[in-house]
Amino acid sequence: MTDNRSVGLVVPQRARFDQPISLRSGAVLPGFELVYETYGELNADRSNAVLVCHALSGSHHVAGVHADGSTGWWDNLVGPGKPLDTNRFFVVGVNNLGGCYGSTGPMSVNPATGKLYGADFPVVTVEDWVAVQARLADRLGIHCWAAVLGGSLGGMQALEWTLQFPDRIRHALVIASAPHLSAQNIAFNEVARQAILTDPDFHGGHYYEHDVVPARGLRLARMMGHITYLSDDQMAEKFGRQLRDGKLKFNYEVDFQIESYLRYQGDKFTTYFDANTYLITTKALDYFDPAGAYGGDLQAALSRAKADFFVASFTTDWRFSPERSREIVYALLHNGLDVSYAEIDCPHGHDSFLLDDSQYHAVVGAYFDRIET
Amino acid sequence: MTEIFGRFDFDVIARWIRPQERVLDLGCGDGSLLKFLAAERGVHGYGVDNDPGNVLACVRNGVNVLQFDLERGLQGFEDDSFDHVIMSLSLQTVRHTEGVIREMLRVGHEAVVSFPNFGYRGHREAISQGHMPVSEALPYQWYESPNVRFFTIADFESLCAGKGIEIREGLFFDEGREVTIDPNLNAELALYRLGRRA
Repeated sequence: MTDNRSVGLVVPQRARFDQPISLRSGAVLPGFELVYETYGELNADRSNAVLVCHALSGSHHVAGVHADGSTGWWDNLVGPGKPLDTNRFFVVGVNNLGGCYGSTGPMSVNPATGKLYGADFPVVTVEDWVAVQARLADRLGIHCWAAVLGGSLGGMQALEWTLQFPDRIRHALVIASAPHLSAQNIAFNEVARQAILTDPDFHGGHYYEHDVVPARGLRLARMMGHITYLSDDQMAEKFGRQLRDGKLKFNYEVDFQIESYLRYQGDKFTTYFDANTYLITTKALDYFDPAGAYGGDLQAALSRAKADFFVASFTTDWRFSPERSREIVYALLHNGLDVSYAEIDCPHGHDSFLLDDSQYHAVVGAYFDRIET
Repeated sequence: MTEIFGRFDFDVIARWIRPQERVLDLGCGDGSLLKFLAAERGVHGYGVDNDPGNVLACVRNGVNVLQFDLERGLQGFEDDSFDHVIMSLSLQTVRHTEGVIREMLRVGHEAVVSFPNFGYRGHREAISQGHMPVSEALPYQWYESPNVRFFTIADFESLCAGKGIEIREGLFFDEGREVTIDPNLNAELALYRLGRRA
């Protein structure tokens, strides 16, 4: 069955960069590789390129299908005739540095030792990712993105683009994101990290050498993450107090459907995601704070930005609440930048940004329609 | 709601706006006033509306729109951050009339408001016949009206007098024609330019 609103079969590409890169931590990587995908055609004056940035568990596989049948994580948004229309735009998805989907990361060989990096892979930040994405843009001949788009941690990257490269981005779409994490958010990340770090199979991050993975820790981290991605109401509606097997068991097996759901999500995650990448990514989230260098003054931090903005949040998202998006909006207003803000009434919590709510997709599509190419 | 009167109230508002101003339009609807002011005066404008359909329409119109609930006030907007804060035909749809005007004059140097005059001759006739008025200015049946405050030109002016709100200019209209004699009786629509009393 062919979906005529899908970009269809896609094959990831790989780019090698031999120039060393200095990271925010002070560490230097001698070189790196990025895995990426593109959809649509770059136009003659290279003015229709859109970068899609992924969040915690995402990848370069944004849209279309791979030969193994896996569908891109934002396929409902990106494709011919979809809100980010690949008939008009040339869309790029890239696996970030430190990732576990093929870009250089903890599972890559450390040229200094000949062994896998593991825990020796440096902590990378949102700033580092954007610097790396800029090198990919150079390689693809894209001087200025028509837009950079992302949700959650991806939205932080879109925001960072406007600060690090104000002349290389015309529009930033910052969705279900925040100008920095709250203490509560950092707390969730710390519990997730502790689950991984204290797993006996973690081996100080060098578990590959022991042919094991810290699955228990990664599973717990993912289970907790899922709780925070859903809203209380939606969890009540979807699971309530439903029992999986119709009766209480008076033991510690699965009684409630919600337990079954979390265990399933946790187990599934450990089969495809790397614990070291999870650790790095949560640190990137925790460290992002463009106002930090300005004494906490977000208005001053955003004064470098020149892009037009679209900011969106979801009413039931308590992990990245609407209030956090409004902080960004007010700081943009202070700087006289063009900004539109949509607060989408959607029941699915933080996960809403990945779903195809009709108002959400209509307004994102309308925003893209106004972007000149 | 700005489409009810076509463009003549837009023209009046545009006369009060200098080129390149920063303008905030509260209850901006589909953004057509801001689009008009951008074309006529080159304003840098933002609209505020809490209706999802209006937010979508503004984005389609290429107008900056912020989906905020006006009942929560303008907290977050800085003092004196706009030249004009406009509320075109929406003042009667908010509950905290005085608070909204006060906030408009905190955020803007001047405020521009327009509203249907409940004291208009035709409306008085409807009431005298025992029914709530339905007219070009008040086009809704009472049970489906978005309006929550019903007031006359005289009511509005006494509110301003009592609350330190300076009326810098007022213009009154009936079917698109300016009214100068007894506007509280003869005008269907009132437009005001307001400031903080020194």
